[in-house]
Amino acid sequence: MTRLRNIAIALAAPLLAIVFSLAVTSLVIQISGGSASDFISILFSWPADRLLVNIANQTSLIYLSALAAAVGFRMNLFNIGVEGQYRMAAYAGALFAGAAFLPGALNVIGALLVAVAVGAAWAGIAGLLRVTRGVSEVISTIMLNAIAITITGYLINTYGIKAGDSRRTEAIPESSQVPGWQPFDKAAGEVWTLGLLAVIAGVSFWLVLNKTRFGFDLRATGQSESAAIASGVNSKKMTMVTLLISGGIAGLIWMPSLFGSAHYYGTTFQAGLGFTGIAVALLGRNRALPIAFAALLFAYLNEQSNRLTIEAGISVEVIQITQGIIVLAVVIAYELVRRYRLRAEEREVAQAPRPGATTEEVSA
Amino acid sequence: MSTVVPEATMPPPPSTPTAAAGRSYRWLLLVLGFLALVSSVRVVSGANEIDSVGTIQAALIATCPILLAALGGVWAERAGIVNIGLEGQMILGTWGAAYFTYYYGPWVGLIGAALLGAVGGILHAIATVTFGVDHIVSGVALNIIGAGAVAFLAEAYFRDLDGGGIKQLTGLETPPKVDIPWLGEAASDLADKHWFMISDFAALIAALTNSISIMVYIVAGLVFFTAWVLWKTTFGLRLRSCGENPQAAETLGVNVYLFKYVAVIVSGVFAGLGGYMLVLVSSSGFVTGQTGGRGYIGLAAMIFGNWRPFGAAGAATMFGYTDAMQLRNADAVHALLLLVAALLLIFTVLRLRKGDRKNAVLFAAVGVAFLAWFLLSDEVPREFAGMTPYVATLLVLALGTQRLRMPAADGKPYRKGEAG
Repeated sequence: MTRLRNIAIALAAPLLAIVFSLAVTSLVIQISGGSASDFISILFSWPADRLLVNIANQTSLIYLSALAAAVGFRMNLFNIGVEGQYRMAAYAGALFAGAAFLPGALNVIGALLVAVAVGAAWAGIAGLLRVTRGVSEVISTIMLNAIAITITGYLINTYGIKAGDSRRTEAIPESSQVPGWQPFDKAAGEVWTLGLLAVIAGVSFWLVLNKTRFGFDLRATGQSESAAIASGVNSKKMTMVTLLISGGIAGLIWMPSLFGSAHYYGTTFQAGLGFTGIAVALLGRNRALPIAFAALLFAYLNEQSNRLTIEAGISVEVIQITQGIIVLAVVIAYELVRRYRLRAEEREVAQAPRPGATTEEVSA
Repeated sequence: MSTVVPEATMPPPPSTPTAAAGRSYRWLLLVLGFLALVSSVRVVSGANEIDSVGTIQAALIATCPILLAALGGVWAERAGIVNIGLEGQMILGTWGAAYFTYYYGPWVGLIGAALLGAVGGILHAIATVTFGVDHIVSGVALNIIGAGAVAFLAEAYFRDLDGGGIKQLTGLETPPKVDIPWLGEAASDLADKHWFMISDFAALIAALTNSISIMVYIVAGLVFFTAWVLWKTTFGLRLRSCGENPQAAETLGVNVYLFKYVAVIVSGVFAGLGGYMLVLVSSSGFVTGQTGGRGYIGLAAMIFGNWRPFGAAGAATMFGYTDAMQLRNADAVHALLLLVAALLLIFTVLRLRKGDRKNAVLFAAVGVAFLAWFLLSDEVPREFAGMTPYVATLLVLALGTQRLRMPAADGKPYRKGEAG
């Protein structure tokens, strides 16, 4: 019975948060002279085929990004650097795949490994600074994000090949491009095959965190570092390894897009996924399955909102208000539920008879 | 950073006249030494641009928004609330500045920017103080909301204005500029002579007296104001006690929630004013997404400045200087390498005198590397110049972070009535 109630609360909180945030957004739109009913009806209309494909693709990218952030969060490590890590990794992966050292599928695997390695290395700098010099990973990853943008910009401008007004890396040879799945007609586009990386990463995330000693140590350190250290966890090693894993997953973020449709690093690179990932991880409470729903929700809102400008004259960015409020409202809702439960437990304990008390004592 | 002073729970140290005099004497020596160093680098490298009047003014103007965000961070974190939402509050400020300045002029615009920033602060305070939500979660959400709200509001309200568009608003009236007639000209003349040290000092004076925005003075005033309120008043002591040990503060009768609210709202106001600087002083109008991560940089400046107003000011100046530098000539950026090398080698000597071999070797190695880079190259790629503040921050934190100390209860949840 309590289990059922818990599940109901777990589902009700996010739903209420979504309703609340849509209400606030509608209010904002209405006040500033737009039409809230247009906003709602566009958001809830069934997406076109092309949008459905985009939603599927974007979900996989956002999910990978959120997983990368969540690994750190579970250990109380705040890796804001996912943004920089996946940018460096995307460039390196595209460069490697474009150079075509290896044939066909081997090239794909090679590029994925390079991307993971570069992402992990970029996060590793923050890890090294934290472990050896005690530098907060929050500040070092913010710096590394800015440095990553500069370095990739410099490399592209200096060594990239010219394509029109901009520069880019060499395109991936056709034998190494990964064909996708075409659920509708050709115009609707393809669902990227490498989006499966998100599924693999999600399952591994769950297995490692819940079924291995390493995962137990990681969660224990996150909940109480002093207790974990007392029970023999090497917290420095854990910090380093966790950041490397986080960076490694971050390295994969743009890979489905690279091999599925972009084929080179250039103007098609999709920036900002790292920050979206942080919000999605927080919304999914850093658990593998809930994050997947959160990623789907964000991808859905992003894609649906693209129609707002054309069809209702409302700025696309309004959807960020919705997304931000959802994150905030969900955590507040969970906090309220937690306090309510705590009080309920305290009441139960207060009312229950003390074990071992004699009947006279209880009646007295 | 050299002034790591007392725990907040202790009374402020008795500052005897001699101790205070000794401190200011040391400061004077430090400033003179730095001036001599910069001047030497200028003379050796021949890059007069590294501290020309123009460069200093550009640096000051680039510093102010970052510094305001950093001061905002000091306020919030001293009361125990991590404010990663500075970026969002700042961007809200940019819209407030543009909207209110357009209709009512720059001074009402200042209030408008502060108000919008305060709204961001209130949101953060409600989430973190009243509901005890994780501070980082709330801050991240706030940044998303701020960016979205401003982009949306700009499109909704600026589209049909004169000089407006869906992503911009230009042609705004700016706050007045300060011009001190006689002193300004004299200092400029002296600065153009390129004499050792004298001209460098004159350039600084000239930068402050020749048509510089009054906002630079106001921001400088706010640094002193923050330091005074937080460290010299009862109010400040109570506020800081909420960041160090809120349970103890509660048992002494401090209304912790109230102080945290005030701190976070002031923090939002400062960040909002940073947005005002960006719109009306640093650039010629409002553009969507104008903050470009400056809120985060402000946060870094605050940590780098050891959660103290003057420390934050120093760190923000470094960011602002290098930020301004990349837009100026390449020679000056190249000369910057020599300055960095010289600073690192000086640190090496200081470390050696303290008997800290390990760190001295580290400093020396990095210092020599920069020196070699300076000697072996003719110019630094333009992109790298923009990277300097970030790399410098990492270097400084990596080489000397052990003395930073954040407020003891910073970022920890606090509930009323849980003390003892």
